[in-house]
Amino acid sequence: MAEQNNLKEFTKGIFQYNPLFVLVLGICPSLAVTTSVKNGLAMGGAATFVLVCSNFIISIVRSYIPREIRIPCFIVVIAAFVTMVELLMKAYLPPELNASLGIFIPLIVVNCIIMYRAESFAYKNKPFASVLDGAGLGLGWTLSLCLISSIREIVGSGTLFGLKVSESYQPASVMIMAPGAFIVLGLLLGFFNWRKLGKSEKSMKAVMKND
Amino acid sequence: MIKEIALIIVSVVFVNNFVLAKFLGLCPFLGVSQKTSSAIGMGAAVTFVMTLSSAITWIVYNFVLLPGDANIIAKVFPSIRELGLIEVLKTISYILVIATLVQLVEMMLRKMVPALYESLGIYLPLITTNCAVLGVALLNTTDSPKHLGFLQATVQGFGAGIGFMVAMLLMSGIRERLALVNIPPSLRGVPIAFICTGLMALAFMGFSGMVQ
Repeated sequence: MAEQNNLKEFTKGIFQYNPLFVLVLGICPSLAVTTSVKNGLAMGGAATFVLVCSNFIISIVRSYIPREIRIPCFIVVIAAFVTMVELLMKAYLPPELNASLGIFIPLIVVNCIIMYRAESFAYKNKPFASVLDGAGLGLGWTLSLCLISSIREIVGSGTLFGLKVSESYQPASVMIMAPGAFIVLGLLLGFFNWRKLGKSEKSMKAVMKND
Repeated sequence: MIKEIALIIVSVVFVNNFVLAKFLGLCPFLGVSQKTSSAIGMGAAVTFVMTLSSAITWIVYNFVLLPGDANIIAKVFPSIRELGLIEVLKTISYILVIATLVQLVEMMLRKMVPALYESLGIYLPLITTNCAVLGVALLNTTDSPKHLGFLQATVQGFGAGIGFMVAMLLMSGIRERLALVNIPPSLRGVPIAFICTGLMALAFMGFSGMVQ
């Protein structure tokens, strides 16, 4: 039973509470860095690291944080891990990747997903569950970043992971610029809504037939 | 001087609009743009905080974080003069400055202009987590392409706030119309708002190249 619960804490972040497509949180970096799959993966990895670590620390010290000043406390913990991730990325990743992520790495501090999980999960639950929760939501966010960025990279520059998709394809470069990002995310959200609506309609029809 | 300031404002309001070209501050942009009146209130509050925080983070950056003779902390601890604190303390110090500033603005407004405080309501504390505010502070102090002076940094913060307000106003106008239109059920709400934002961004791309 306990194992099942743990698994649930982990997988709920990928589908049921997918941060981008269900909760619509963390939009700014999801649009700004998804010009190529490599950028999307790096951003997702960095945010997942911060999410897991800050969830863990906040959940350990949760009984010492007074309710009134919890938000500043969360921000300081998150900012410390963001600084760590920034320095680590500067040290180990290629400089052009760092340059293309730019100010969006320090901006993880104000990413709503991390604050949301700290406030609504880590502040109320045990450390182990909080780590699983953070890892699940981080993975869900990374996967949605990969989805958006692969669409934008294939349509916008005709490549995937820097490899050419087709010789004859003429890339529509508007997709890797600002308008393309908004329209891709809008259409993807619409698609997921459409599937959800279709499912509920089907189950309605099944109920009607049984009656 | 005046020409330079005008160029900064035009650049940051139209050419590099924070919402439509740089993807900053999208959460409040979508969350508060349902009605024109709340869009104006939020835009004004953000502009105010952005201007002040640009000014203060510029001072923090130049006199506390950067290595060199101007560093105040280096006067007490000489070892800091060469390294500075820029690598380790930038993000934390900026977010603390912004959080404190928002709290301060909230307290001052409540005492001095209660009417404005009432009309802004919950939008005031939310500004702390608006990534446009931290974003403009970080952009002011990246030193690329060049090191900004105090006045330029403050004007850039003010202009970015105005740009945010312009985008929110346009969007709230569109969304008030959208509420009356027949939209396919799966696109209702946020998806159609994103698609409209995309079209607005397309229109704003027409300004690109006007100012560097």
